[in-house]
Amino acid sequence: MPHGDNAALGNAKVMNRFELTRRILAQLEREEAVVAGIGNTNFDLWACGPRAQNFYMLGSMGLAVPIALGVALAQPRRHVVALEGDGSLLMQLGCLTTVATLGPANLTIVLMDNGIYQITGSQPTPAASADFVALARAAGIARASWAADEGDCERLLRAALAGGPSFIAARIDTQPAVATTERDPARIRERFMRGLGVRT
Amino acid sequence: MGTSEDGAPARAWHAVVAATLKNNDVRLIAYVPDRVLTPLIACLHADADVTIFPTAREEEAAGILAGAWMGGRRGALMMQTSGFATLANVLASLIVPCQIPLIMLISERGVLGEFNIGQALVARTLRPVLDALAITHHTITRLDELEFIVDRSVRQAVATQAPVALLLSPLLTGGKTLAS
Ligand SMILES: Cc1ncc(C[n+]2csc(CCOP(=O)(O)OP(=O)(O)O)c2C)c(N)n1
Repeated sequence: MPHGDNAALGNAKVMNRFELTRRILAQLEREEAVVAGIGNTNFDLWACGPRAQNFYMLGSMGLAVPIALGVALAQPRRHVVALEGDGSLLMQLGCLTTVATLGPANLTIVLMDNGIYQITGSQPTPAASADFVALARAAGIARASWAADEGDCERLLRAALAGGPSFIAARIDTQPAVATTERDPARIRERFMRGLGVRT
Repeated sequence: MGTSEDGAPARAWHAVVAATLKNNDVRLIAYVPDRVLTPLIACLHADADVTIFPTAREEEAAGILAGAWMGGRRGALMMQTSGFATLANVLASLIVPCQIPLIMLISERGVLGEFNIGQALVARTLRPVLDALAITHHTITRLDELEFIVDRSVRQAVATQAPVALLLSPLLTGGKTLAS
């Protein structure tokens, strides 16, 4: 029972987004797709270096999870990981119920929760007393957990890759992203499609 | 729905749309419902070759279909006029710049006997938004043109990697009046 000993929000360690993203990628050995949301989630994914199965979402705030869900529906044999910010998820909370209803086994959502809209000037989000794991569970995603620390996040991800849908939330510090993604949407999309084997 | 010129019963508009989408391998349908779309949604739900589901918002559906396209699967988004009005940002920041051939089927509310002032007003934003983003759109009014327009529009969207909007006029669907 991988989710029996969940960390609570209050005792989850505050981690660094770049470091956690690096550890997550290190767990991916089967050309899993990774879809990262607007701003820092895709900047830190970019900072981890080139990878053909990465999609860097430059606009459309809130759509990292829906895009990842679409990839998961199109390619049921490939696991798909969405990396999303808390402010972004708040904009599209309804997508959690869609994920739960469709129930794709090959989808994992990783939420980077820093409590702020960091990229626009670190304003607080209107979710000061919200627990995103509880929200995900209430939406119908039973495999939903806070990562207690980096090692726990890796353990949760291994369980998630074995079968989902899963939701992993990580508390994140206020360090800025360590690089900036190249802004060429058509190129990003084309490279991703090649990485997924849709185009040659 | 009347008869065709040779006297055979004409197919209903929704059967023509469903069949034409399937013939073009468009088998993943996401929607936020509209009364007028009900028979089309029902006929697609009844088809085992089609994956069709509702989403909480039209934006979400656009994201799902963009991901599915990148993963190699064609789909379409069905919604009403007011649903399209929520999409300007994701069309401008995701669908158009990423060159995603998003197929949009929009039940045209707000015209030809509309009773709801909000629908009548939001309908005025539909074509200006599409034109501002240079998104190809067709207003379908006639059953005898329906298959041709849907078929060619899907092909063109895929071939040119560009979204398309098909506006289903009340002249085609009967629309929605106070009584219906
Ligand atoms: C619809 C929309 N509203 C507002 C913005 C401006 N905006 C861009 S990124 C962002 C904050 C994202 O916050 P979060 O997902 O928590 O990521 P963080 O910046 O904290 O890493 C905002 C408000 C936008 N791009 N689109």
